[in-house]
Order: sequence, then structure tokens, then C-alpha cells
Amino acid sequence: MIEVTVNLLATFRTDRFKEEQQQVPEGTTVGAVVSGMGITEREVGMALVNGRHAPMAHPLTHGDVLHLAPWIAGG
Amino acid sequence: MDKIYRVNMSSLQCSVEPVPTPWAGLGGRALTSAIVAKEVPPTCHALGENNKLVFAPGMLSGTTAVNSGRLSAGAKSPLTGTIKESNAGGTAAQVLARLGVKALIIEGIPKGDGWYGLHVNSDGVTIVEETELIGKGNFAVIEALEKRLGKTGVLTIGPAGEMKMLAANISVRDIDGKLRSHGRGGLGAVMGSKRIKFIALDGEGTTAVSLADSAKFTQAARTFAQAIMNHPGTGQGLPTYGTAEMVNIVNAAGGLPTRNFLHGQYHDNEKISGETLRETIIERGGNPSHGCQSGCVIKCSQVFVDKKGKYVTSGLEYETIEILGANAMIGDLDVIAEADHLMDDIGIDSIETSVAIGVAMDGGVLPFGDGQGVLRLLREDLRAGTPLGRTIGSGAGNVGKLYGVTRVPVVKNQAIPAYDPRAIKGIGITYATSTMGADHTAGYAVATNLMGVGGGVVDPLKKDGQVELSRHLQIATVMLDSLGLCLFIGFPSADDPTCVPAIVDMLNARFGLELTPEWFGGLGITTLKTERAFNQAAGFTSEHDRLPEFFREPLAPSGAVWDFTGDEIDQFWNF
Repeated sequence: MIEVTVNLLATFRTDRFKEEQQQVPEGTTVGAVVSGMGITEREVGMALVNGRHAPMAHPLTHGDVLHLAPWIAGG
Repeated sequence: MDKIYRVNMSSLQCSVEPVPTPWAGLGGRALTSAIVAKEVPPTCHALGENNKLVFAPGMLSGTTAVNSGRLSAGAKSPLTGTIKESNAGGTAAQVLARLGVKALIIEGIPKGDGWYGLHVNSDGVTIVEETELIGKGNFAVIEALEKRLGKTGVLTIGPAGEMKMLAANISVRDIDGKLRSHGRGGLGAVMGSKRIKFIALDGEGTTAVSLADSAKFTQAARTFAQAIMNHPGTGQGLPTYGTAEMVNIVNAAGGLPTRNFLHGQYHDNEKISGETLRETIIERGGNPSHGCQSGCVIKCSQVFVDKKGKYVTSGLEYETIEILGANAMIGDLDVIAEADHLMDDIGIDSIETSVAIGVAMDGGVLPFGDGQGVLRLLREDLRAGTPLGRTIGSGAGNVGKLYGVTRVPVVKNQAIPAYDPRAIKGIGITYATSTMGADHTAGYAVATNLMGVGGGVVDPLKKDGQVELSRHLQIATVMLDSLGLCLFIGFPSADDPTCVPAIVDMLNARFGLELTPEWFGGLGITTLKTERAFNQAAGFTSEHDRLPEFFREPLAPSGAVWDFTGDEIDQFWNF
């Protein structure tokens, strides 16, 4: 198992959390973490791993910080 | 019949003129820039008698099209020395459009020390001497004019504009009797140089603008509104969190300017986030989602109230929150909201002033994080025009020069807003090349760099595709700025294939034309080239299309640097 930090933004926080440490099997992808929280991949507007954009198929490694945001356009 | 209202402040005379043919098909930014380019000598002093201040409603303003009430203001900017167009919401554009006024052109400077107000109605413009409101803040002006004239549209300057501070803005009355701003580039100083305290716009007796094909317009307007509501950015994100939704996003991407652009992340980001802003407003009984103009369906504005539920400010934007919150490290929404209110009342651009405060902090004028010090600076120095107040009110570039600061985030002497261009390179190209000086709204590449708006992410940390992206966005933005549409229409325009055809249909149904989407592109190109030609004639070269040297230093924590060469940036203008 590895530990990753999941940080949710905007409406993804509703009924979930702001930030959480999650224990996941090694090789778990961004997409697997997303679907594990009941979020569909299509709802994700931005997925960052350690501040860099990552596709849903990106495998996470121990200590990664994942930020997930819904489709937000700007300010 | 559409007309031009012209006011000569030297002779104190007004005239009503027919619209010259080349201007008949223009509105908003395309028109203000065409007029400034034709009538203002590019090398003139921006606060002298040869500069002109031009207002033009958008081409769809005054119609039932949603989010179509932006007013463009244009002149030569005293801050940048370039041509300037700054647009704002509020009620003024719709009144001018209903009056059939394509443009209001103000020229000359009166003799003597007197001040004036302009009264605009269906007969033309009347110049009236003003004494009572001189020295007053914008909120007092709006209140007094409502008592004097009823609920008219109002354009006003505060003490900053009267003192011709280079960051002075022009405020517009909104639908609740509060303010929106033509913020950037010091146009309030131009209005002050012409000794005009306010412009009252009386739409009494006017009706909705005429439509060549009412049925077609209504159908297209419905499709247009639906496209806005269907897009997650304009239909959900902005109405829920306002523009402050960007705080946590940009912080996660490492591009949140912190400690005068030293770092790209702020440890107290949650204290100033859109999520916290919304919770705070709801908890205190304010309004988390509010429109700045009638017919707004996005409602990205909000009414921020204090702990006792009393009004503090409305339209608390990401830019102001971020630059005071993280860049000046104040980290307290109550202090930021109070500062926003003070800047609105004094009539000074909250972007330029906030960045200038960050530079002043770097120069040792006050410590980073000193929120009470910032409020004192605004109340006692900016409002009264002390030497320090005038220094801060002259913008970030001038503060940097006077205090020997080397990290001064400006392009063409206009402050860089709340996205670090090292970590979001597309917006850096816009800052560098915009004809307006650093301006995120001129080509908002952030949405494509971070969120993939317009068909997929253009990696914010790589150079690939950024010049093309910024060029495309800057051309498209001219369309929005010229139609009087809110900038956020850019998101459904990029992602929803029904949006741009609906805009074209509305325009054709309004004027009885047969324009195509390609015509818009042409308008964007022509306008950008017109603006650039003005700047070149004013002495600007491609060497001015550059970011400050300090952006070559790595940005913590990503280590990103600004690594575009001059030649690469100059490819922007290859169109």
C-alpha cells in the first residue's frame, strides 16, 4: 500500500472532504481514486499530481499530492 | 437613428453628430479604439488637452441578450502611454444604447479650476458646473445624484481621479446603486484632467433598441442564454464561488503570486479561497451570487457583509482577494473586503493599487501581512493624496522606481494581475503582447492552461502552443469587448458549438446584416492592429512586449522560469 494526499476543490468538497490521506494499492491510477469517491471522470475539470496535470491513467506513487477540481472556467 | 454625442470641454459646447460610415458597424472596444486611433495624437500627453475620453456601449447592449451590458471606455492611458480600452458592467451601457448613442466623445480641457457634471439624455449633453460633490467618494456621489436626479445611470470619479492619480478608475452605478469599475489604465485621471466629476445618463422616455428581425433575435437570444447556463464554468462554478474560485486552483498549480511574486503558493490559501468566501457570506446572511447588470444570468458577483451583517462590498473579485490576500500576505477576507470598499470609494483600480502595495511592502514601506497598515494607507494617504498616497496611486511601476525595488511586476508600466506567468505561461504571452499593458482579460489563457477550456489543456509549464493560444484568445476577446458581452461568454463560446452562431444570429437580427463568424475574427484582427499601430506611433516597439527580468528567476516550489526569447514572443504578431 502507498499513501497519497487527496485535495478536493470547489463542489467536489460537498459531502466529502477538503483534504484526506488515503491508503491505496501501489499502481492505483488517478481515475481509480476519482471513481472511488463516486465522481465520474467526465466531471473532473482539472487533475494535478504534485502540481502537474495528469491523465486519469496516471499511476500514483507514495507521497503524491492529488488535486481534483470540477469544470471551473476562471476569474 | 444612432448618433455620436461630442462634448468639448475647452469651449464647454456639445454637439450631436451623425455616425460616420466607417464606425456604423462598430461598437464597444472596436469603436473606442477606432475613434482614439483616428482622433488622438499618439504622442500627446494623456492628461493634456489633446487626449480624448470615449465611451461606447457594445453592439448588443440595450437588447434583451443576456450579459450584454458592458460599456467600453477608451483613451490614451496616462499609466501606460498606450491606447486603452477598459470595460465594465453596471447600468450605463444599456442606457446609452437605448438613447441611440453609439459613442460619447469628450475632448479638450476647460480653463480655470472649476468642476463640471455632464447630463446626458435624448436631447444631447448638458454641461453643468459642480461644487457640492467635489472631493467626495464615489458612494456619496451615487447617493447624492439619486436624490438629485432619480435612478439614472452614473459614471463617476472619486478623489483619486480628481487628483489625476495614474491608477484612478471610472466607476459605474450598478443595479443596486453600488459600483462597478472601468478599472485599468488610469482612465479616471483622464476624466479628472477634463474636470468632469460625473456623467449622469438619463434614459427617460426611451424604449428597447429596435430589432430588424425580432423573432429571429428572440430565438437566438434563447439559444445563447442556454449555452451560458449549460456550461459548467458559467452555469455552476462562477455563480457558486465567484471568480475567487481560482484561488485554490491557481495555488495547486503553483502560480499564485505570493510575497510580491516571490513564491507561487500561499500557505493560507484556504483563508482567502472562493469556498471560504461563499461559506462566510452565507453564514453572515449576505448574498453569495449576484449580478452586476440587469439580464445577467451568470451572477459571479456577491454581496459581502461584515460579522454583524452590514454591507461591506459587492463584486469582491479573485484579483483583489489574491493580490491583497496572498501577494501582500494579508490572508483575511474581512480586511480585504474593507480595502476593496475603500478603493471603490476613492476610485482607484484595485489591481494596480494592490500590486503597488505589494511592491511597497517589498520596498519596506510597511510589512507584508500588515492589513491594518494597508487600510490606514488607503484611508489616510490615498484618499487625502499625501505624497505617499500619490506614490501608491501612481501604480506599481512608479512605486518600484521610487523605492529601489527590482521585483516590479509590470508590463508597459501596468501591473501584472494574479497569475504568475512562469507557472501559467500562456497568460504570460498575453501580459507581454497585449496592446493594453499587462492585462489578464485581454486573452485569458489561464482557462486553457489549467482547465482545458476550448478543447484540452495546453500545458501551463511548457512553451508549446502558448503564442498561438494567446493570439487566438486576444482576437476572440475583441469580439466580446465590442459586442458588450461579459468576458465569461468566452467559455461557452469555446466549448459549445451553438454559442457563437447564436451570437452572430443576434447581431444579424439586431442590425439586419448577414455577418459570419469569420467577420468577428476580422474585427478582432483589425482592432488589434489599429491599437498596435497607435502604440508604435507613440514610441512602443517589440522590446516593450517583454516581461520583467526577475521572471527569469525560478519560482518556488515548481522552479518554473519565464524562458521565452524575444523572437518567440514576437511571433505573436504574425497575423
